[in-house]
Amino acid sequence: MTDFPADSVLVLLEVTPDGALAKTNAGLLGAATGIGSPVALLVAPADSHATLAQGAAALGAGTVLTADADPGALIVPIVDALAAASELVHPVAVLASHSVEGRDAAARFAARTGAAVSVDAVAVERDDEGIVAHHSVFGGAYTTVSAATFAAPVVTVRQGAVDARAEPVATPAVSALQVQASGRPAAAVESFEPLEAASSRPDLRGAAKVVSGGRGLGSADKFALVDQLADALGAAVGASRAAVDAGYIPQSHQVGQTGVSVSPQLYVALGISGAIQHKAGMQTAKTIVAINKDADAPIFDIADFGVVGDVFTVVPQLIAALEAKSK
Amino acid sequence: MNIVVLIKEVPDTYGDRALSLETGLADREAVDAVLDEVDERALEAVLAYADEHPQTNIVLMTMAPESAMATVRKALALGASSAVHISDELLLGADLTLTAEVLAAALKRTGFDLVIAGEKSTDGSAGMLPAMLAELLDAPQLTSLSAVTIADDRVAGTRSTEYGTATVSAPLPAVVSLTEALPAARIASFKGVMAAKKKPVETLTAADLGVDAERYDVPRSIVVSAAERPPRAAGVKIVDEGDAGTQLAEYLIANRLA
Ligand SMILES: Cc1cc2nc3c(=O)[nH]c(=O)nc-3n(C[C@H](O)[C@H](O)[C@H](O)COP(=O)(O)OP(=O)(O)OC[C@H]3O[C@@H](n4cnc5c(N)ncnc54)[C@H](O)[C@@H]3O)c2cc1C
Ligand SMILES: Nc1ncnc2c1ncn2[C@@H]1O[C@H](COP(=O)(O)O)[C@@H](O)[C@H]1O
Repeated sequence: MTDFPADSVLVLLEVTPDGALAKTNAGLLGAATGIGSPVALLVAPADSHATLAQGAAALGAGTVLTADADPGALIVPIVDALAAASELVHPVAVLASHSVEGRDAAARFAARTGAAVSVDAVAVERDDEGIVAHHSVFGGAYTTVSAATFAAPVVTVRQGAVDARAEPVATPAVSALQVQASGRPAAAVESFEPLEAASSRPDLRGAAKVVSGGRGLGSADKFALVDQLADALGAAVGASRAAVDAGYIPQSHQVGQTGVSVSPQLYVALGISGAIQHKAGMQTAKTIVAINKDADAPIFDIADFGVVGDVFTVVPQLIAALEAKSK
Repeated sequence: MNIVVLIKEVPDTYGDRALSLETGLADREAVDAVLDEVDERALEAVLAYADEHPQTNIVLMTMAPESAMATVRKALALGASSAVHISDELLLGADLTLTAEVLAAALKRTGFDLVIAGEKSTDGSAGMLPAMLAELLDAPQLTSLSAVTIADDRVAGTRSTEYGTATVSAPLPAVVSLTEALPAARIASFKGVMAAKKKPVETLTAADLGVDAERYDVPRSIVVSAAERPPRAAGVKIVDEGDAGTQLAEYLIANRLA
């Protein structure tokens, strides 16, 4: 295979440590299709190439380039593959997830090739001048549009932010990519401990509904109330930093400035005061509901429906009422 | 051991941060500038190591406007030996690629066994600079570490990602970035504040580092437009009188949210 469309968009697929396609790929390929023809790069163990390429095609990848992963070396092998793919494809843009690994690879690739980077994009678009990225900055208080002065930009896409989906492709063109190892020093990955098996609950990133709990829940045991309401609503579970610091729930659930940014249809804040850094991660939600026993809590300034009350009396009644309705 | 800690001054997240709608850059007048909390924690990790290893030489490095000197002195008061402050009008609004080029040049000039950065800044939220530096410095990267162990010739740590935690390690020299899971910084002592006034701070321009900040033959990332989102207004607020849960259920059902 030597010919790639002139509007090729190189997409670095995100592969989870247990060797599956990450959920972020649907949005990445959806975004890529909106600005050109996606060419997906799959860096994964050789024996999974066929299955994962087919999975990527179902998400819209018409062309898939494959390269072997080296799980023992951090990031560098992915960057080497990305550099080889870029040289082959001459894309109009390179897209990667703004996940820890995606942005690490995108960063090194940009530094190696001198590309301009647009980070944490919530959308990508093509205008008269070329490809632009949209961002939601300072906790959603501003929106900005960025672009490269020329040449193909490297764009990292916020996880769960892009709703667009590409048409599935039945038979993808899959080919093995020739990768020349750069020989750059990489840290050794000695072992890996997966997060607790993902529950049946939706992922926080990209969820349509989120129920979050704060310090007001009082303990890890009592934080179960948040889970119960989340299950009653079919929502993902989030938390404030104070709840994370107190050990009620792992950091991966933190919503806010230094945690995850969410824009769900419904955000329910339980026992959360609404500090500015928490609002920074959720104030773009469509509808905000808050329950807090302090009538002056700042969360009420942005809540569409606020309840001044004790979560331990209001929430059980709410769950019972929701259950009664669904019967 | 020579450790360079990368620090960044950012608009205080406790304030209402503002963006200039003309330039797309942070409005430095809008709120106080502070040392980014995550960098403070990164510095604390290094200071804790130095407490046990008195031979450690800690250099703070920042690329920031002249006005950031006060923040540099505050960080010096916590315990580092000296600082490098790259300050140049030509670097105003520098994108990530240019920032990485400048800092990599300065790091090569200063020399290092270990470069320590914060995982992600609260203003740029890129979380990319440390990996870019590793690439430009030809050093292994150990990014997003929620725990770190520094030995004489190696560094190791726990890397936290969306999917789990990995144990990673590399020989020195290396580039490390640390998350906010690390302990908060110590408070500067009066002695520390006084000593900081006398600590050497080297100020450099892009030209001093052999970097041409005005090249038009390399691509740059630019902000083409910026807009303010209208602030949210408060809606209904009820005080629970025994039936708030039921009322809330009705609200959610009426709005097709349950
Ligand atoms: C650089 C930086 C980054 C940060 N990033 C984040 C971030 O990403 N996310 C984040 O959340 N925070 C972040 N913070 C921390 C933030 O400033 C707040 O400290 C934090 O959000 C407070 O969490 P909280 O609302 O759970 O706790 P608190 O502020 O202690 O609020 C607890 C609330 O629970 C209420 N309550 C108590 N008991 C009950 C009850 N039985 N029923 C109902 N209500 C009850 C109380 O009235 C109170 O309002 C950051 C801070 C800094 C400096
Ligand atoms: N201008 C700068 N000067 C010094 N260090 C920086 C600068 N920008 C970023 N850093 C470092 O890189 C980390 C990650 O930044 P970023 O990639 O911008 O999110 C920060 O926490 C700092 O340690």
